[in-house]
Amino acid sequence: MSELSRQNLNRREFLSYLSVGWITFTAALAGMGSLVFRFTYPNVNFEPEMSFNAGRAFDYEKGVDERWKNGFGVWMYKAEGRLVALSNICTHLGCIPSWLPAESKFKCPCHGSGYYPNGINFEGPAPRPLERYKISLTPDGTILVDKTKVFRYEKGEWDHPDAYIEV
Amino acid sequence: MSSKGIATRIRETQVWKSIFRHGPPDNARNRAAVVAGNVFLHLHPIKLKKSGVQLGYTWCMGGLTFFIFLALTVTGVLLMFYYRPTAEYAYNDIIALKEHVPLGIMREIHRWGAHAMVITVWLHMFRVFMTGSYKPPREFNWGVGVILLVLTLLLSFTGYLLPWDQLAIWAITVGSNMAKATPFAGHGGPGAALAQIGDFVMVSDKNDVRFQLLAGRFVGEPALLRFYILHCVFIPLVVGVLIAVHFWRVRKDGGISAPL
Repeated sequence: MSELSRQNLNRREFLSYLSVGWITFTAALAGMGSLVFRFTYPNVNFEPEMSFNAGRAFDYEKGVDERWKNGFGVWMYKAEGRLVALSNICTHLGCIPSWLPAESKFKCPCHGSGYYPNGINFEGPAPRPLERYKISLTPDGTILVDKTKVFRYEKGEWDHPDAYIEV
Repeated sequence: MSSKGIATRIRETQVWKSIFRHGPPDNARNRAAVVAGNVFLHLHPIKLKKSGVQLGYTWCMGGLTFFIFLALTVTGVLLMFYYRPTAEYAYNDIIALKEHVPLGIMREIHRWGAHAMVITVWLHMFRVFMTGSYKPPREFNWGVGVILLVLTLLLSFTGYLLPWDQLAIWAITVGSNMAKATPFAGHGGPGAALAQIGDFVMVSDKNDVRFQLLAGRFVGEPALLRFYILHCVFIPLVVGVLIAVHFWRVRKDGGISAPL
């Protein structure tokens, strides 16, 4: 007590020092907490690019093409003068369906959802058709598929100009 | 000298007295000191009502759960000597644990123990509910128990990925897709569409909670490592701390199951 009185630290000053101390401590904890939170998000990951060059439109036959499935998770589907990029993620719970050429359908091994080649679901628990990715022509005439933008049938987005290219 | 028994003479050595600071537990005071002076036992009540520990009343489900947790810790640490959490080795190491390692049932003990622990946790919760042991002053401990239940399920969930076979990968794919639907924090959840300014998407598949859990957009090698750390280090540590709190609160809130 004698030391406190020597420094003329009264109750009010003591409490303000205490407040500054606690606020500093809390701010430091919050700062460390947010750094740790940020630490859990890596700056680089080694997954495939979200957009890729898919060659030229005349590379594709009519129907389903599987050449980008393993690398980028995309089926190319060409029919009725349109080329579209189908997502290969099942709309039920997110597994990867298989393309069955003999039965001309996509079939999911997890719970049996089935889709027509154009992506419309017709059997199993899938609640909606496969999503389509943004597809466009680059100035040099090659095809660019951009997976960051999706077009959903149930929202009437499949006729959006970015959802297909004329072939 | 010859009149003293061997047990008495051991109890009079300095080594014995340095470990056990109390006399032989032949009276109520010393028996209380046995519990109070032991770091493991002191979480327990010093005295129990006989009616409170009847098997027909408690089913011993909490104790069984703790026993299975200890068995899972021991077998889990043993499995870690052989298991490497990488895409290249994980599946082969699981096979090796069965085919190339003595006591090939070690992993089966761990797996069946995990199933058993989920069952005993549920039965323990059922017993506590049916005997009304969640009522005040034990309501805080019910809350701790619910967190322990969730952590038990998360331990099962994170452990499920580690064999790295088709069942594991697709089960975790389906399970982790639930994180997509987290309000505001998951890119498929309610509120995620609100956090969008023009073409700038604030909550996307590369910065939402699912990405944080998997360290990626899909279940890949970073997710395997992350689940391994969660399964073997992070969640068991939290569970260990909460088990201590749970047991200590049983003591402080009036012992197990007895009516107050």
